[in-house]
Amino acid sequence: MSDASQVQPPRTPFLRAETLRAAAWQALMLALIGWLAWSAFDNAVENMRARGVPTDFSFWNRPSGFDINQTLVQYSSSGSTYGRAFVVGLLNTLLVAAFGVLFATVLGFAIGVARLSGNWIVARLATIYVEVIRNTPLLLQLLFWYNAVLKPLPGPRQSLALPAGAWVNNRGLFLPEPMFGPGAEWALAALGAGIAGTIALRLWSARRRAATGVGAPVLWPSLALVIGLPLLVFALAGAPLTWSFPELRGFNFQGGVRVFPEFVALLLGLSLYTAAFIAEIVRAGIVSVSRGQTEAASALGLTRGLSLRLVVVPQAMRVIVPPLTNQYLNLTKNSSLAVFIGYPDLVQVFAGTVLNQTGAAVQVISITMAVYLALSLLTSAAMNLFNRRFALQER
Amino acid sequence: MASRASGAYLRTSVSPDLPPPARVGGPVAWVRENLFGGVLSSVLTVLSALFLVWVTPDLIRWLFIDAVWSAPDGEACRAPGAGACWAYVRAKISFFAYGSYPRDLLWRVDLTLLLGALLAAWLLWPGARRKGLGLLLFLVAYPILAYNLLHGMADSLRAVLRGLADVSGSAALADVAQNALPVVGTNLWGGIFVSLLVATVGIVVSLPLGVLLALGRQSSAPVLRMVCVVLIEVVRGVPLITVLFMANTMLPLFVPEQWSPDRLMRPLIGVAIFASVYMAEVVRGGLQAVPKGQFEGAMALGLTWRHRMALIVMPQALTTVIPGIVNSFIALFKDTTLVAIVGIFDFLRAVDTQRLDPEWAGPSISATGYVFAAAFYFVFCFAMSRYSLMMERRLARGHAK
Repeated sequence: MSDASQVQPPRTPFLRAETLRAAAWQALMLALIGWLAWSAFDNAVENMRARGVPTDFSFWNRPSGFDINQTLVQYSSSGSTYGRAFVVGLLNTLLVAAFGVLFATVLGFAIGVARLSGNWIVARLATIYVEVIRNTPLLLQLLFWYNAVLKPLPGPRQSLALPAGAWVNNRGLFLPEPMFGPGAEWALAALGAGIAGTIALRLWSARRRAATGVGAPVLWPSLALVIGLPLLVFALAGAPLTWSFPELRGFNFQGGVRVFPEFVALLLGLSLYTAAFIAEIVRAGIVSVSRGQTEAASALGLTRGLSLRLVVVPQAMRVIVPPLTNQYLNLTKNSSLAVFIGYPDLVQVFAGTVLNQTGAAVQVISITMAVYLALSLLTSAAMNLFNRRFALQER
Repeated sequence: MASRASGAYLRTSVSPDLPPPARVGGPVAWVRENLFGGVLSSVLTVLSALFLVWVTPDLIRWLFIDAVWSAPDGEACRAPGAGACWAYVRAKISFFAYGSYPRDLLWRVDLTLLLGALLAAWLLWPGARRKGLGLLLFLVAYPILAYNLLHGMADSLRAVLRGLADVSGSAALADVAQNALPVVGTNLWGGIFVSLLVATVGIVVSLPLGVLLALGRQSSAPVLRMVCVVLIEVVRGVPLITVLFMANTMLPLFVPEQWSPDRLMRPLIGVAIFASVYMAEVVRGGLQAVPKGQFEGAMALGLTWRHRMALIVMPQALTTVIPGIVNSFIALFKDTTLVAIVGIFDFLRAVDTQRLDPEWAGPSISATGYVFAAAFYFVFCFAMSRYSLMMERRLARGHAK
């Protein structure tokens, strides 16, 4: 046996030294990427010039000259610019995404719980729903709702009556519109004050419980603050609310709110589709809470409701929230399928009509992608904040 | 009976048998337990039953009893009270399956699909042997063959055959080199086979590219890592439609004019990139699930990086994420419907355009077409998910405790 200290490690030849080779590879890669990017840019400029395509963003302030049926902000084909059309499309995307997230969450949680129900028939129905919806393309569902369900509805004169004075026909859904009179803003202010008061009450109660072990009652005062106070103010202000009901005048409905069939189809399709995925997430979350947790909670003497609220749901939420975020993002991105049924969202208005009219493909698609990317980042940031509340507090 | 007179509780006789518990087995007990377990449960059962009674008969009547099974045109389907118009699907099935592919050349598509199905069965059959050879055939030989069959013989192959004909002086070979497998432009392609083509290309490209991207994301080289991270996060953050738009309108601008890709090639590239980045995230999950000891053990054995990855890490990483991989395949298969936005006639687009055919147009045509398409997609996706469950169970057997 030789003395270890006398064995010299073999000298690495200079050119084979790990660090040098790694650095060389990186430099090579950087050069390759740079060359690719430069040649792509070079080609793009040349090709765009050859095709007479604009290479700048000057189209943004030019008049658009096309109509959009659903606009949340002032817009007209004659007086508005392409930039304004972009805003209209973006707002429409946000509108359908916001409502979609709301409906999909409610429905998804209900169906996820139903799949775990002890009731055989309810669990079976929920399973069938989830399997059918998850295994067919969203685009197919959207086309089905739009072309096979909403389009064949009768015309305005044979509209189908819905509860509460609403109507539906092939031109859309007509809902009663609340018209607030003077004084309603006081009720709104009271609602705001009630919510603020509730939050303050909860904080104070939690602090007191931490200090003394006995919290203050929260539920009933909260309800009184959030519901009772605005109602009281509303009544004191003379109940300044009238409803504008849609009425058939001539060939179409007047009054009320008109919801376009494209919006209804897109919202329906997105909500039902995403709900199936959320249901699976919720189910997985609830199943992930081990039975011992519920048993321990009942051994401590917690009622069923309390053990659900204090033990099961917080732990299930920890599993549910991260994939739920992904589903919200998916829903927002999937709202771009609006282009297939003609709902004027960002892709349909901007990456569709504006691109076709201006030919500024690179600029328009880059902006569209940037918007979705920003929406994705914002949503994940918000949900991360929410998740931090539920995440395991490791000590 | 117990005697209390003595002050102690002592049983002096055998107590009478308790009545048997109310039914614990049998259908009645099952119904009581699973359908009427409580007030809420009973209400839900009644509501569900009412819903089923309301929907099911109409659905069955529409799908089967009132359906028109054979008719020369849409007249019978337009009759009031008629259900699904299956005659329309029968009349259009060839268009749904092949698009406008020349009718006398359909054998080329059929042969390609048949060979693909056989190879896929070889690879997917759990007990099959020599899967390495199958994979090689599927990844290398099959795409070349499929291109020559579907698109037409490649010019290079023609040149080779012509050379052979010149050398051998065979007139038959020269004729083959000249006329066999004429080119069929991709503008004629359509229907189910294009959907399967897009899905297959996506699957075949996304798995290896996804693995490479996932490895690149974990690489110690900052440049490579940055490129992979940016690519993955950007593509994951945008909808597939914008990627397809980009592939369709921007890709031709980025390359020299003469390299401009074919109109079917562009969405294929878009779908492949999109599927790859999602696959990369799935594979990354698998890589993170491999215990550190496995890396270290492989290093201690003196394996090189390539061997460590290929022999130790990847097999474990990929098996743990089989459900995720299959899920992204299912998502990919459903997403192939979006290529319609750049003018590709996939199956759903074929169904969606034909419903306006004046010969057939009628109130039930749209729904019939969509139900047929839904059944097609459902069968494929459901089969994939069942297959993944089966594989998961098979692979889990080795780890059973």
